[in-house]
Amino acid sequence: MSEQPILELRGVTQEYPLPRRGLLGARPMLKAVDDVDFAVAAGQAVGLVGESGAGKTTLTRMLTGVEQPTSGDVLFEGRNIWTSGQDHWLNFRRSVQVVLQNPRSSLDPRMRVGHSLLEPLRSLGIEGDHRARVAEVLGQVGLDAAALDKFPHQFSGGQLQRIAIARGLMPRPRVLIADEPVSALDVSIQAQVLNLLKSLVTDLGLGLILIAHDLSVVAYTTSAAAVMSGGRVVERGPPLELFRAPQAPETRALVDAVLTVERGLAGKALE
Amino acid sequence: MSEQAIDVRDLVVRAGGLRAVRGVSFAIPPGGRMGLVGESGSGKTLTALSLMGLLPAGLGATGRILHDGADLLTLSDRRFSNRRGRTLSMIFQDPLSALNPVQRVGEQIASVIRRHTGAGRQAAMAQVVDLAAQMKLPRPEEIVRAYPHQLSGGQQQRLMIAMALSCYPQLIIADEPTTALDVTVQREVLRLLSAAVDERGSALLMITHDLPVVAAMCETVAVMYGGTIVEIGPVAEVFRDPRHPYTRGLLDSQPDIDRIAPDGSSRLESIPGMVPPLHALPKGCAFRPRCAFATELCERMPPLEGGARKAACWHPVSGPRGAAP
Repeated sequence: MSEQPILELRGVTQEYPLPRRGLLGARPMLKAVDDVDFAVAAGQAVGLVGESGAGKTTLTRMLTGVEQPTSGDVLFEGRNIWTSGQDHWLNFRRSVQVVLQNPRSSLDPRMRVGHSLLEPLRSLGIEGDHRARVAEVLGQVGLDAAALDKFPHQFSGGQLQRIAIARGLMPRPRVLIADEPVSALDVSIQAQVLNLLKSLVTDLGLGLILIAHDLSVVAYTTSAAAVMSGGRVVERGPPLELFRAPQAPETRALVDAVLTVERGLAGKALE
Repeated sequence: MSEQAIDVRDLVVRAGGLRAVRGVSFAIPPGGRMGLVGESGSGKTLTALSLMGLLPAGLGATGRILHDGADLLTLSDRRFSNRRGRTLSMIFQDPLSALNPVQRVGEQIASVIRRHTGAGRQAAMAQVVDLAAQMKLPRPEEIVRAYPHQLSGGQQQRLMIAMALSCYPQLIIADEPTTALDVTVQREVLRLLSAAVDERGSALLMITHDLPVVAAMCETVAVMYGGTIVEIGPVAEVFRDPRHPYTRGLLDSQPDIDRIAPDGSSRLESIPGMVPPLHALPKGCAFRPRCAFATELCERMPPLEGGARKAACWHPVSGPRGAAP
């Protein structure tokens, strides 16, 4: 990637203390993320794949500034988010937004959708009349204005995930992090949401980080991917190449796990 | 009565004044394997729960469910309990909520065996250890002494399969058995389930939204939408040459890694709109509002017609998948 990354991890490690084994001695440490480099540029979609426990969630928490790494740098627009002052921090918080797996738990059930959409702006302290912005964002995710006065329970899972994406887009972020955005959705709806994410990258020049366990979803949506296992990035490359010629055993295990209709019908899927 | 492992005829499940399952019929021969596919709200899980006599309170089933010389819908609770776990059993999606958290897993499985076979405590526990070994669990003697929370999701689900198979049932119903598992564990669990079902000659009903899993595991498939079966037939025919526009839409919205273009230009076909809620099902074909081929004719409910494969559609599609309709 010749382009300057917007958001970047350099040599990032995160350790958590484990319970003491004996009365004396140091507490053992768990390395949840071990010396990882990761970056996303404008208009680029990158994938992060791995099994549960691989360190994907810890990595996300550092990319969003929820946790400070034990060592290594988290850079936004080339500057460390933890040492570059309040203005840079606020700009970072506004520019990196997250969409979670289950919109039914990430949207407040007692808040009208219109209210939920304004929430990020309120918490970021962005003043002003946001009606035009709300209308614009709803259009970008393919919902109409009637949605604003309704509550989350009045929507299907796919519509709610669009609303969650709309909420993420409100503060005009430069990077969107989507953590398993379709695994809780019905099959016919997954395609709608993946297509939407893909078009946001092209149309808005958004940087997208897509976290998923399903290599097919990552291959469809992104042009570069990293495979994580045991806290480390074990392999990276274009997802279709990872799929066709996996080098690391962990990548091979993920590739072997991919089921498709044709492979199933050919009777080879479970061999 | 019926020679089938299960023979469901015109099953209707009512929830209040609404019909959540609206006349479903299918049969699985002894040792046969059928996939029941649908999205949330399609009625597939309520169909499975009706078969097990486990519908939530307030829901009632009518029709006929023929199994092992009886109509399950006419059995008393007590007589149903005598069958559940013995002639038919179920594997649930989330093993952690299906297992008793305060009882050792081995004892839970042994209690099923003891109830239905009259085996003694030690004999039953010996069978449990054998079953755990068949499920390729390491150190089976130790693992059966564990509590559910001490085991991984994959281990829990293997033990659930062991429990469901413990009494050699004629029919096993598996409701999304691998959805909660990691992808790499999914394959191993499916393989074990497949081998164990084969060995016992049990019939299998797989309830899932996952079409590749059905393609890998089943001989026939029934696709449900809006409480009815819209297409049913041999899995290879239905998946390679779907007749119902909904079946085709489901297949086209799968991100299939073998069909993705390396330059990122692929677009998945998606089905517009969403699954209608029960109280707002349209008149006639429930898929009509989302269907590109719908006409006035579709305001009348299309019958499920055909030979070995049937589709409920006035304007069936045909031709290989991937071509523009």
